[in-house]
Amino acid sequence: MTGLLRVEGLIKSFDGFLAINRVDLQIQAGTLTSIIGPNGAGKTTLINLITGKINPDAGRVYLDEIEITRLPIHERVRKGISRSFQISNIFPRLTVFQNIQLPVLARLGYAAFPLASRDKFSQANAEVEEIMHAVGLWGKKDQPAGVLSHGDQRLLEIGMAIAPRPRLCFLDEPCAGMNPVEHGQVLDLIMHLAQERNLTFVIVEHDMDVVFAVSDRVVVMNKGEILADGTPDMIKQHEGVREIYLGEDVLGYA
Amino acid sequence: MEKTIGEIRMENRNRVVARWLLGLLLLVLFILPWTLGTYVTWTASNILILALYAAGFNILFGYSGLLSFGQAGFYAIGAYVCAKILLGTSFLLLGFLGGVLAAGLAALIIGFLCTRHTQIYFAMLTLSFGMMIHSIIWKWRDVTGGDDGLVNVPRAPLAIPGLFSIDVSSVESYYYVVLVIVALGIFLLWRMVNSPLGLALQGIRDSEQRVAFSGLSIQKFRLIAFAISGMYAGMAGSLMVPLLKSADPGMAHWTASAEPLMATLLGGIYNFAGPMVGAFILYVAKELIARYTEYWSMVLGFTVVVLVLGFRGGVVSVLQGLLFRRTGTVSKRGVDA
Repeated sequence: MTGLLRVEGLIKSFDGFLAINRVDLQIQAGTLTSIIGPNGAGKTTLINLITGKINPDAGRVYLDEIEITRLPIHERVRKGISRSFQISNIFPRLTVFQNIQLPVLARLGYAAFPLASRDKFSQANAEVEEIMHAVGLWGKKDQPAGVLSHGDQRLLEIGMAIAPRPRLCFLDEPCAGMNPVEHGQVLDLIMHLAQERNLTFVIVEHDMDVVFAVSDRVVVMNKGEILADGTPDMIKQHEGVREIYLGEDVLGYA
Repeated sequence: MEKTIGEIRMENRNRVVARWLLGLLLLVLFILPWTLGTYVTWTASNILILALYAAGFNILFGYSGLLSFGQAGFYAIGAYVCAKILLGTSFLLLGFLGGVLAAGLAALIIGFLCTRHTQIYFAMLTLSFGMMIHSIIWKWRDVTGGDDGLVNVPRAPLAIPGLFSIDVSSVESYYYVVLVIVALGIFLLWRMVNSPLGLALQGIRDSEQRVAFSGLSIQKFRLIAFAISGMYAGMAGSLMVPLLKSADPGMAHWTASAEPLMATLLGGIYNFAGPMVGAFILYVAKELIARYTEYWSMVLGFTVVVLVLGFRGGVVSVLQGLLFRRTGTVSKRGVDA
């Protein structure tokens, strides 16, 4: 296993509130890592820092040992980092097909073609079709994405995140607001995508049963710091983790 | 849920209706100077130019989600450069080319500074740059003629030396020059909105952040949209000069930037045909109202407000609802509302 992502001493504060406090993290290629932690622990902020949505106050981020700490978002995407959003961030007026088509055209370098019809890019469109089948939205390809149900929008988020063919893909609460059945289906989908496309996923997830079932590794955050980091079994035994989740019975202790 | 045969049939029917309407429109525009006289031809030339202006403006406004109050600056640059060229040489096409390129270059430079910002900051910056262009034209008397503007600009022949030369000095013959260039410009815009570039611009309108996370530089694409709409404004300005035989500083005033904006709002911003239909309504309304009252701008403003509020989503989307039957799966109004 090789280190795909390395984060060193990352610090970010908002108006004096220390959201991320000296975080070190490594992600190995080909693994599925879950980040858990109470609300406000800094999970989304960490993802925002790594993917370039915000810049850190201090610290460095490396992808394949190349520093990307202050690269603009689109250049990180081209280097192989992509993400989905906790609150669906899709193109509501574009059709579902077009929502996937844009990142695919972008990856193939066709996005600035000014006069050729989009229908003519058959290689790109075949890829779009394949992704849409993978996330199960092909039947709704001509609907405007804004009228999709919440669950379908979450699936579209995943489709858009994998469309740039990332090496490292962050999914921020991919199952937010879903019922348990949908929840299970989405996790199956993620596991399937990870295997089939040899993708490295980092997901933020709240359902502990699920986290322990699917993850190779679990990172627990609390108050902007990494509290524990290890295999699901190690995390279950961890005293500090049990403490912050005390009374919630999420780790399976009665 | 694949498309049913019924839906495919309905789509085909809609496409046929659209083609017939377009053909009919082109036919009317083509025979118009023979049948309806100079005044109507003159009016139609003005409407066509405004339509091109507004359609180019909507690449920025409706498609990319950026509201510019500085379009009149580029329009005036196109107009003045074209006027200077036609006063110096007498090559009509050279005048147009110069006007478009100058406006495009100015849009690239100003756009580079403006497109780092969005929303109100972007709008205010474009307004300031537009006003700057206006004051330069106003003050730089030796070149621009100051408040007199540039007058006696010839309607030079449409010529390529050694190949052909066509006299277009009458309003009717110049109308065809306008018609061909506007039709070509709008055809190119149509290709553009259906190209990958058009998709990227619409993505920027819907969610800038997601465009960046798709791997595209938002700033670069905003600048492309700005330059394209600047070039279209310059083209419209260039076309106007030989029609009026003059260029005046009022063309650059920020209130003139409201023209393409009002046309677009009237016709519908999420509709390719919207700005052009809006240009027609705006111009005709202005002409009619100005006949009856000197307070025409007040009445016009009121009319625009009523139309914009009464036809949510623009006149075109309401007309479309009457002309075309919706296919079952797509309900555009649900999203646009």
